[in-house]
Amino acid sequence: MRKYLAFFRLRFSMGLQYRAAALAGMSTQLVWGIMEILMFRAFYRADASAFPMSLEATSAYVWLQQAFLAFHAAMFMENEIFESISNGNIVYELCRPVNIYNMWFSRNLAKRVSSAALRCMPILLIAVFLPAPYGLMPPVSFPVFLLFLFSLLLWILVTVSFCMLIYMASFFTISHAGIRMAAFCAVDFFSGAVIPLPFFPDRIRQIFELLPFAAMQNVPLRIYSGDLSGSAMWQALFLQCFWFLIMAGTGRAINAIAMKKVTVQGG
Amino acid sequence: MKLYGKYFVMHLKSVMEYKTSFLLTCISQFFVSFNIFLGIYFMFQRFSKVEGFTYPEVLLSFGITLMEFTLAEAFARGFDTFGSIINHGEFDRILARPRGIILQVLGSRIEFTRIGRLLQAIVVFAYGLAVSDVRWTPWKVFSILLMLLGGTVVFSGLFLIYASVCFFTIEGLEFMNIFTDGAREYGKYPVSIYGKRVLQLCTFVVPYALIQYYPLLYLLDRGKPSYSLLPLAACLFIIPCLLLWRAGVRHYTSSGS
Amino acid sequence: MITLTHVCKTYKVSKRDAGFSSALKALFHREYERISALDDVSFTISDGEMVGYIGPNGAGKSSTIKILSGILVPDAGTCLVNGLIPWKNRIEHVKNIGVVFGQRTQLWWDVPILDSFELLKEIYQISTPLYRQNLEQLTEMLDLSALLKTPARQLSLGQRMRCELAGSLLHSPKILFLDEPTIGLDAVSKLAVRDFILKLNAEKKTTVILTTHDMQDIEALTSRIILIGKGQILLDGHIHQIKEGFDSTEEGLASFYKSHHI
Repeated sequence: MRKYLAFFRLRFSMGLQYRAAALAGMSTQLVWGIMEILMFRAFYRADASAFPMSLEATSAYVWLQQAFLAFHAAMFMENEIFESISNGNIVYELCRPVNIYNMWFSRNLAKRVSSAALRCMPILLIAVFLPAPYGLMPPVSFPVFLLFLFSLLLWILVTVSFCMLIYMASFFTISHAGIRMAAFCAVDFFSGAVIPLPFFPDRIRQIFELLPFAAMQNVPLRIYSGDLSGSAMWQALFLQCFWFLIMAGTGRAINAIAMKKVTVQGG
Repeated sequence: MKLYGKYFVMHLKSVMEYKTSFLLTCISQFFVSFNIFLGIYFMFQRFSKVEGFTYPEVLLSFGITLMEFTLAEAFARGFDTFGSIINHGEFDRILARPRGIILQVLGSRIEFTRIGRLLQAIVVFAYGLAVSDVRWTPWKVFSILLMLLGGTVVFSGLFLIYASVCFFTIEGLEFMNIFTDGAREYGKYPVSIYGKRVLQLCTFVVPYALIQYYPLLYLLDRGKPSYSLLPLAACLFIIPCLLLWRAGVRHYTSSGS
Repeated sequence: MITLTHVCKTYKVSKRDAGFSSALKALFHREYERISALDDVSFTISDGEMVGYIGPNGAGKSSTIKILSGILVPDAGTCLVNGLIPWKNRIEHVKNIGVVFGQRTQLWWDVPILDSFELLKEIYQISTPLYRQNLEQLTEMLDLSALLKTPARQLSLGQRMRCELAGSLLHSPKILFLDEPTIGLDAVSKLAVRDFILKLNAEKKTTVILTTHDMQDIEALTSRIILIGKGQILLDGHIHQIKEGFDSTEEGLASFYKSHHI
């Protein structure tokens, strides 16, 4: 466990070094958030009765989405890993006494957490001081806030274990770019990054909510704003745990097969 | 122009060496912005209008912005990826050749894979035209061409600014995405829906509204005929960009780094 | 004819200590350090001469080459290449020079070499008869006939360097700058490249300025060397002056560097 922690620490401090990039990223996210909220405002003005969430909850959703972009963005996948798989350098990793799956998992987790840690605070701080209903509202209650944090943790675990599946899949295909692109689009669309899931027609939404993608940003961001509560919330949290366990389990299984393939065929 | 044609053919030949990969990238380019379209589609399953614009009208806005951006990205790719041109010493090579610098940078990168996205933009735009009730006149056809011209120039200008800043620093350049990717993303709706302030910024600071919102009003018979000429005014945006570029080149030849 | 008189060039390098607070400080106030890359450099190279330009890394070699090829503007001093100031008459000037960077390529990776050459014909606006003549000559001298239809990515480093040389000479430049042309090449390719440079200089009277770390290149090619260190010319003379009293040029050079504290 300690060596994975070391990987995590190394990645984390590497991530903290890119301050200028973080500053630029933050301002981008701020503008994105503002534009997104202005867009929702326009629709809210057009027909408030058709608006499925409160404008306040939507704003909170948007701000949290921007603050924790690093938890979500598929572009945060590491080219290094794809390259080492495709050019066979992966064999060097095998020389070390570590489990590849665990090592990459901690690396990815660290990269996302470090990047989010640096960026979320200023964005959240600014968002809190924006006038209602465009700012980030305080959490509905303290217990809800704790549940939000728990769900946030599950979000990143689900995202990383999903990304691990993509890495693993690239052991068995020649071009990883296609899979990566497809995964990127799917995550964006089904997790509520393009538009939050409540904005979809009910029938479609009910199906989407069962998919592993909904276990990503959809759940924590809606718990925070109180849009998701009661039994629906517990069900969503359960699904988050469920998908995390399934994907991490599958990933490890594929990893074992892939390792066998690499050692037998030489990559 | 003949030299650019030569560059064009060279890029085409390069791309044809990897037909499968080219095709796959084109397809994925098609799908990347497809999500934006789906977002619009599902919003209009719920709402019938936004700021007076109907679904087909929004599609026109989305389609034209995407076309403008994609054309600029395909042909001004050299500026968009200028960091790598400097890092690889390619720019030194360019300076050591007896032709115009801008022409050579433009020629050094042409991104044909953007055809996939262009195709999507055209399909969406055509669909928007088919279902909205635009009354056609020859001048309106011409005004669409003006929009494409003006839009490509404005986005190319933004890439040029990006490249010019590369001469001074490479840190924190991601903020330029606000103006390029941001415009592609939020240009899906007519600029006016984001409110008066944004409209003003997009008229007088970076003239997005002149290549999208105003000419669109003319197309839909809601704006003055003079609006159709605004994309030409937007082309003036390239002047400060070129000045900045020249300052950048001067800085480069005096610092050499 | 190339003349450099009292050329100086300093770079401003921003200084920044590690740590968050100094990074914050740097946002508002940057401290610069001045590094002198060229300090009062003068030399003359006549037409048809072949000169080895040597010195340790960071001595100012590439700054000089950049100034001579019009890429860099010096802070002080004058520079005339065939009667032109490189950075003032950039386009006119670069028509007369060819540049080969050993570690970079001007050939297109995925298209046949001949296509890259055709593009260079267009860039340098070479007339068709001259292009044909040069291509024929260079193909023969460098033994390229089997390579011209192959994409650059499929060539070995040595083959690529031969094509690279041909590409830089299609427009019959009067001056050729070679920046480490033999770096990473195997013995056979090295000899081929050296042979070619000698022949080119003898037959076409092309002025050749060569930077390299390989003393065998210098011994095989030039008699005159210009040695630069810390931005100053330390020696402009014959290679023997370095070698004298040592077993090899390398040892002589190392001792020379040591005696000048570089």
